[in-house]
Amino acid sequence: MAQFALKTALPNYLRDEQKRIEGFVRNVGLDVFPTIFEVLSYDQMNEIAAYGGFPTRYPHWRWGMEYERLSKSHEYGLSKIYELVINNNPAIAYLLEGNGLVDQKLVMAHVYAHVDFFKNNFCFRMTSQGRDPKSGADLRKWIDTMANHGAIIRKWANRIGLETVEQFIDACLSLENLIDPQKPFLPKEASPTSSEEEEPPETPEVPLLRVDREYMESFINPEEFVESQKKKLADEAERAQCFPAEPQRDVLGFLLENAPLQRWERECLAVIRTEAYYFLPQMQTKIMNEGWASYWHSRLMTENICDASEIVDYADRCASVLATSPGQLNPYKLGIELFRHIEDRWNRGQFGKEWDDCEDWDLRRHWDRRTGLGREKIFEVRALYNDVTFIDEYLTEDFVFDQKMYSFGYNQRNDRWEIESRTFQDVKSQLLTSLTNAGNPIISVIDANHGNRSELLLEHTHQGADLRLDWAKEVVKALSRVWTRPVEIHTIVDEKPTALRFDGKDHSQKAL
Amino acid sequence: MSLRIDQDHSRFRNIVRGRIRQNLRKYISKGELLGRQGKDIVSIPIPHIDIPKLRFGDKQQGGVAQGDGEPGDALSGSPQDGDGPGKAGDQAGDHPLEVELTLDELADILGEELELPNIENKGKSAIVDKKDRYVGVRNVGPNSLRHFKRTFRSALRRQIALGAYDPKRPVIIPTRDDMRYKSWKTEEEPVANAVIIYMMDVSGSMGDEQKEIVRIESFWIDTWLRKQYKDITTRFIIHDAAAREVDRNTFFRTRESGGTMISSAYRLAADMIERDYPSAQWNIYPFHFSDGDNWSVDDTLLCVDILKKLLLPASNVFCYGQVDSPYGSGQFIKDLKEHFSDDEQLITSEINDRDAIVGSIREFLGKGK
Repeated sequence: MAQFALKTALPNYLRDEQKRIEGFVRNVGLDVFPTIFEVLSYDQMNEIAAYGGFPTRYPHWRWGMEYERLSKSHEYGLSKIYELVINNNPAIAYLLEGNGLVDQKLVMAHVYAHVDFFKNNFCFRMTSQGRDPKSGADLRKWIDTMANHGAIIRKWANRIGLETVEQFIDACLSLENLIDPQKPFLPKEASPTSSEEEEPPETPEVPLLRVDREYMESFINPEEFVESQKKKLADEAERAQCFPAEPQRDVLGFLLENAPLQRWERECLAVIRTEAYYFLPQMQTKIMNEGWASYWHSRLMTENICDASEIVDYADRCASVLATSPGQLNPYKLGIELFRHIEDRWNRGQFGKEWDDCEDWDLRRHWDRRTGLGREKIFEVRALYNDVTFIDEYLTEDFVFDQKMYSFGYNQRNDRWEIESRTFQDVKSQLLTSLTNAGNPIISVIDANHGNRSELLLEHTHQGADLRLDWAKEVVKALSRVWTRPVEIHTIVDEKPTALRFDGKDHSQKAL
Repeated sequence: MSLRIDQDHSRFRNIVRGRIRQNLRKYISKGELLGRQGKDIVSIPIPHIDIPKLRFGDKQQGGVAQGDGEPGDALSGSPQDGDGPGKAGDQAGDHPLEVELTLDELADILGEELELPNIENKGKSAIVDKKDRYVGVRNVGPNSLRHFKRTFRSALRRQIALGAYDPKRPVIIPTRDDMRYKSWKTEEEPVANAVIIYMMDVSGSMGDEQKEIVRIESFWIDTWLRKQYKDITTRFIIHDAAAREVDRNTFFRTRESGGTMISSAYRLAADMIERDYPSAQWNIYPFHFSDGDNWSVDDTLLCVDILKKLLLPASNVFCYGQVDSPYGSGQFIKDLKEHFSDDEQLITSEINDRDAIVGSIREFLGKGK
């Protein structure tokens, strides 16, 4: 840390800017953590960016890979990292040494909005590590936590060899995305040790619909219905024998609790899992987070920060950030436009039953109740939504049309990517599909004693898209490395239910 | 300044080079290696290892974007595969990077990508270079070369032997006799000389595409060997039924018609070596490119004879590259393989199209000779 601490203090002129900008930020109502800016040279920047923003991470080759990519593309002048901000309290953000003053101010404004988002959006609450007992401040000491993770892994690497530890980490990283986004919001499960489990009734009553008049019995609860209810009960009873009783989407957590791991393996796996959950909210709110930051940097820069001589430079930067390209969704652009759209609608009172029912196009276009609730509304939205609910609730037909949005897909016949549709429903459902579960397939642990041989059975909840098979096989292998017994995963390949299996030596794939 | 990341970085480089972790190597995705000289663009492959995860298949999932176009229109460029919208934004895509580089950098990248070994030169050289190396310690010398540790040690030893050393007040005062100085030795190092002799068949059957392939390939060979040897000479010979020496420009531009007598080129090369490059002092690299069509069987036998008696004994390695042409029979490479099946000094390679260039370079230079 010493090298960073010594060299990265903000020069005076930037410190003055920070003070000024922070004033504007608080004036418009953004609620931020204290924020520390550091100035880095390009190679320090590349290093820290390769580490995902943290100056200290556990040793692993993929940071080196990322570093090579970043530094090569920097050297060749292909890309430049503008902003890097860490969800931590105090928030840490990095400025690139040698950037122009307009750039630095832009980054600061952008960063402050991100910090406000980190602090206030509900998804990020799971990254809170408790409250400071004295001040009541939100504790997020992730810089320290990541450094501790580094220490843990270095310790084990020194004891049993970097090679062994790194191979195990590679296996864990293959499973990194198998976590449950809802887990942090579910009530803590009762500990399984509680002995006072209630005895289930001998023959549970078949739940039937209430019948007030006897002669209606056979209509309300016909024979088939009674049978299906009985079967359901029987299935449930059978399931209760299974472990886990409910399908578990937190595969990493399940392995951590139940796999026969050695101590070092358990500690490494716990590190990977903690970090996966830490980064999860950023994936769940990419559109909102970038949109929010872009919305505020644009307002603050044009209304408060820039003087006349800087505005063209600013506009140039901003335009390149918001540029769209075919076949690639720009989260900055979509986010900022959607926030502006919401603000505009609530300013003009375009919400509520009357608005929804109105079908007169002309009336809708000129609808203005002068409610002026826009600002208030977007602050509420930034706190209570994630990308999926944000799009689901606020993406409107008008917006899709105005923003020229389209859905695209791969056309097998023409062997190329094509625009598929511009209708509202298609665009919206395509967008929601790709955002669901942060773009990851839904995988759950079904049975830890599959075939009564303590093999692990997982299931892919197929929602229209197949898994990438060669990778899926490697993941099954990684799973069996951690579980130490054969592992099977049920999915659908080319519309056929298929089991992918790794038994410790060989892969097999068979139709179910 | 050394960075913390250097450890992780060198580890990654080692994985890419395959020293460790064979199982990861299959996920290295390589870009193309396309080289052009001068102003043209070179695309650099940046190796990338993907950690396999449960993801959706490449072309299974579409996406949403903004812009003009009607349903059914093709998208220019290919969208991001499988990553969904989560990754767009602040980072460049995984497309190959296109930039201009110096030849030296190119050679480094080439060597790294193709895993070319450094060449062990013959080391027999007419020119000898002198070099000073610090190898020992002596009692006299200039103060600037004072060896502090050794001086301290001998002073300490002397004081202990005399009983003058007090552990409670450990003051060491070196005397004149205790002083030690670094000493050096002048070594003579041979300097390697190298010459590349390019030979090319310019008979009617070699078309423009074939010559282009030879041009690209020879450019890369040049680049690599220049990196390996400080001073390198290149000579060019073209031949149809007769051979003559030409300059670089003519070499790539000439188009003759008529027959092919490969022996004529080999004879000229052998004469050139005998006259200008005594093999005891030079690293010699003859490269010959043709479409494999020779005039007669007799001439092929003559070629084999020249190779065996004159060219192979003189050269580090003799490389024959055969380009595919619609007219050539491609017989010559078979004849060479037959006569030199167990000779490591003769390397043959078939270059069917531009894509095969990379593989062919690896075949020629991969032995490190």
